[in-house]
Amino acid sequence: MAKQSNEQVSITRSDVEHVAMLARLALTPDEVGEFAEQLTAILGHATDISSLDLDGVPTTAHPLPVTNVLREDVIGPSLDRDEVLAAAPSAEEGRFRVPRIMGEA
Amino acid sequence: MSSNEVQAEIQYETVIGLEVHVELATKTKLFCACANEFGSEPNTNICPVCLGLPGSLPVLNERVVDFALRIGEALNFTVPQRSIFHRKNYFYPDMPKDFQTSQYDEPICAEGWIEVDGERIGIERAHMEEDTGKSTHVGGGGRIHDADHSLVDYNRAGVPLMEIVSHPAMRSSEQARGYVSELRAVLLAIGVSDVKMEEGSMRVDANVSIRPVGTTQLGTKVEIKNMNSIRSLGRAIDYEVERQTIATNTGERIVQETRHWDESEGITHGMRSKEGSSDYRFFPEPDLAPVAPTDEMRAAARAAIPELPAALRERIVAEWQVAEHDARVLVANPALSDYAQESVAALASGSARDVVNWCTGELLAYGNETGSEPNSWALSPIALAELVGLVGDGAISRSQAKEVLAGCLAGEGAPSDVASARGLAQVSDEGALAAIIAGVLEANPDAVAEYRTGDEKAQKKKRGFLMGEAMKASKGQGNPALLNRLLDAGLA
Ligand SMILES: [Zn+2]
Repeated sequence: MAKQSNEQVSITRSDVEHVAMLARLALTPDEVGEFAEQLTAILGHATDISSLDLDGVPTTAHPLPVTNVLREDVIGPSLDRDEVLAAAPSAEEGRFRVPRIMGEA
Repeated sequence: MSSNEVQAEIQYETVIGLEVHVELATKTKLFCACANEFGSEPNTNICPVCLGLPGSLPVLNERVVDFALRIGEALNFTVPQRSIFHRKNYFYPDMPKDFQTSQYDEPICAEGWIEVDGERIGIERAHMEEDTGKSTHVGGGGRIHDADHSLVDYNRAGVPLMEIVSHPAMRSSEQARGYVSELRAVLLAIGVSDVKMEEGSMRVDANVSIRPVGTTQLGTKVEIKNMNSIRSLGRAIDYEVERQTIATNTGERIVQETRHWDESEGITHGMRSKEGSSDYRFFPEPDLAPVAPTDEMRAAARAAIPELPAALRERIVAEWQVAEHDARVLVANPALSDYAQESVAALASGSARDVVNWCTGELLAYGNETGSEPNSWALSPIALAELVGLVGDGAISRSQAKEVLAGCLAGEGAPSDVASARGLAQVSDEGALAAIIAGVLEANPDAVAEYRTGDEKAQKKKRGFLMGEAMKASKGQGNPALLNRLLDAGLA
């Protein structure tokens, strides 16, 4: 993304195309333009915050003021395999069957 | 080699950083109550959370946090007041949610170190994350690129991992191996993982680069994966260093890539990489609250940590007078070192060193062969102390003790009972042994003569022969120390 001297951030068409590719979204050329505009406006709003003095203010990690939401390490029921696999597009030998994987992640 | 060639030869140093993933030995997964169990039937430990079904919500396992804090304590980490989870976004069939929940810029453990052979190796971070599922490739010889399709088992998806990332602080494969074995010993001792490289509960990836000696800038690093033992880690690093050195010397450029270690061929292969896959678009996980370790949580983790391997080794070497190597072998196996400590505490006679010798020799082999843990053995630590005492007192010989040990492990009873039931006893009757020696000397006049006239080498040989004859004549039951003394007297 292009960062301008006045801290305004603009999202280019190629930014949108890149993110769409990563998210496996097929966008039309019109949509690419539309989202570039919308995302620029949203980021523009966020840059307003940069004008404030935020030294010493921690980033918000969670909207609620809660920490340490934990559960005990106790085994609970799992789902029935046949039921789960019946909902999958394809299954074989108790496993989910997926198309050929092209490369390693 | 001409002097020009010597000058042209640039000396390189190796720079190694290690990323170690360990599966935590919890009962359940990281964010759901499915069993964390190796070897279950495929897809039997799955639920809406670990399958990433819409509307499901993760809840953090408290034992994972406790284990992470133990790791923080044992590896000298700074544990910040707050740590948070991030989503690491990518598409791959083994991750049903299309993102991995991991930690990014606020890990639970930041900046620690471990001492390896007297040197501190810096550790950049350690963070909690979830494991992926397991794919099996069908057709094409099981290779991913040639496969017809793949089958996925999500039992492992969501199993808790700690990823421990060292600084690029190591300079040789030997040091890297030392780092991993020390790390392994510590993780075993603090009870957070069974750290079995062969079974994948500990996975080590190595970042390897070379640079001219005397320079400080890091060279282009290559990541090597798929080493399933500490030995293969060393081999893979050595191979990669040689490959990079040859490439650099012949003017080839090293490319940043991931390479796969092939154990049978002893080489690394480049892997085809997915385009743009390094753009993971990390963002904070909105469904999980930050982890803020309290004083109580930290104190509980600290209290759960036993004497660490380095300190334990030092103590054993000093107090029990055993070799550093033997202490290392013993301490690498916490259950066995607990066993040895209990046994030494029960010793009436005989030495702690003998206890260690049995533990790191016959007993370690027995445990490996039978796949059994010391606490299930028919020979208790106290019984081992008794056995060591029988040898120390001269009641049975060392070779007889082996037979007694086998009998005890087979459940035949206490050492003294096994020894008497099998008729094993050492003859320490000086009169009887003196008669044996006299008989042997009389029956072998030639050997005695050669002993008396021979050089040192010949003397040694003849003495050994006569001792063997004497032992034979005592049916293997003569007290060797006594026989030795009587033989010396007879030959004088
Ligand atoms: Zn689950």
